[in-house]
Amino acid sequence: MTSGFWHQVRAVADRDLLRERRRGDVLWITIPFGAIALLLVPLAVGTDAALLREIGPGLYWVIVMLFGVLVAVGKASSDTVPQQDASLLLGLDPAAGFVGRAAAATLLLLIFEVVVGVVAVGLYDISIIGVPWLILTVLIVAAGLALLGTLTGSIVNSTSAGTALVPLLVAPLSVPLLLGATQAYEGLRLGHSILSWVLLMVAVVLVVAIIGVLTARPLQES
Amino acid sequence: MTATPLVALSGVGVRIGSTQILRDVDLQIGAGEVLGLFGPNGAGKTTMLRLIATLIRPAQGEGTVLGADLASSDRYDVRRRIGMIGHVPGIYPELTLGENLRYAARVAQVPTKRARESLAAVGLSGAADRKAGASSHGMQRRTEFARELMIDRSLLLLDEPHSALDQDAVDLVEGLIERKAAGGGSVVIVSHDRARVKAIAHRTVELDGGTLS
Repeated sequence: MTSGFWHQVRAVADRDLLRERRRGDVLWITIPFGAIALLLVPLAVGTDAALLREIGPGLYWVIVMLFGVLVAVGKASSDTVPQQDASLLLGLDPAAGFVGRAAAATLLLLIFEVVVGVVAVGLYDISIIGVPWLILTVLIVAAGLALLGTLTGSIVNSTSAGTALVPLLVAPLSVPLLLGATQAYEGLRLGHSILSWVLLMVAVVLVVAIIGVLTARPLQES
Repeated sequence: MTATPLVALSGVGVRIGSTQILRDVDLQIGAGEVLGLFGPNGAGKTTMLRLIATLIRPAQGEGTVLGADLASSDRYDVRRRIGMIGHVPGIYPELTLGENLRYAARVAQVPTKRARESLAAVGLSGAADRKAGASSHGMQRRTEFARELMIDRSLLLLDEPHSALDQDAVDLVEGLIERKAAGGGSVVIVSHDRARVKAIAHRTVELDGGTLS
């Protein structure tokens, strides 16, 4: 990958972040709805503090998964055909487009995870333990969901099935991320090593990244 | 004009889904040539432009654009030399006109100062900070022309280039077309305004029901 490739990656990431800054979809829609979803759970299961503390981390990761993938898919499938054509005729490498979009989505999902995480800690009295590992887990999950959502968005764009395909595509690949994130927190809580769970998530991230880069051109041209 | 065609299509057909859009198209466009392409709505004019832009592959026949085979991956390498301004603007409404051009410059890897110069060349230097989505259709089209000025294109594909433009902008566009042809580039103009296109085109062709005549 040449410096030109990374130059294009930065251009696409900057463009997407600028568009998001102007539209405010994540800031004004996704984050509040994520927080509301966390708020609604005590209404459904009751205000048993011990129970909420027990299920809180899992609920947090489920909400991060659901909203995170929707954010990334939405960002990846938001370009019109004329916008896509214009970018291709500027010489945009579709793989650079994929990486740039995923990078922007990663940053947005990190913000989402942090803000919703603060709400979850406040609501469910979740303990913050093993901070370096937690930060690493949050980073890996953000990158994984961003890559997964961006890949799914590219597939949705290239097929006539449209967004109906999203759950079918996302579910199998998001399971290891969800499992890895929840088990990593559980491992930290019990004082166990979480390296295997971290490696599982890293493997998912790498697999999705490689698939995304390799299929970017065929999906764009189909 | 030289004898070397920049575009050469032979027996080309294009299908989109189960619909045959173009049939048995034979067309050559020489260097320095301005071609007018006419036809009723739904005739396949936009598909023809996207085909020449290498954005869709032929289902039948064969063709080359700027020397690249339309059926091979060579076509990716010539895309940067092809400019296209479609009927619907391909810019981002959330970005300003200046930001749209700077993004284009960064992706095309040309100095970003050329974005500013190009915007000035189409009379929009005072509107660089205006959001594209809040700008008129004419200003959006001017921005697209500025993008094409910024990058050295050999082939320019224009879909209804006169629509939504005031007389100053029309003069500017026609000047751009003349300069492009004089410099050895080719221009294809799709339009319903036959009189205006005939005045600047070297040749015109008619597309109807996906077939050229």
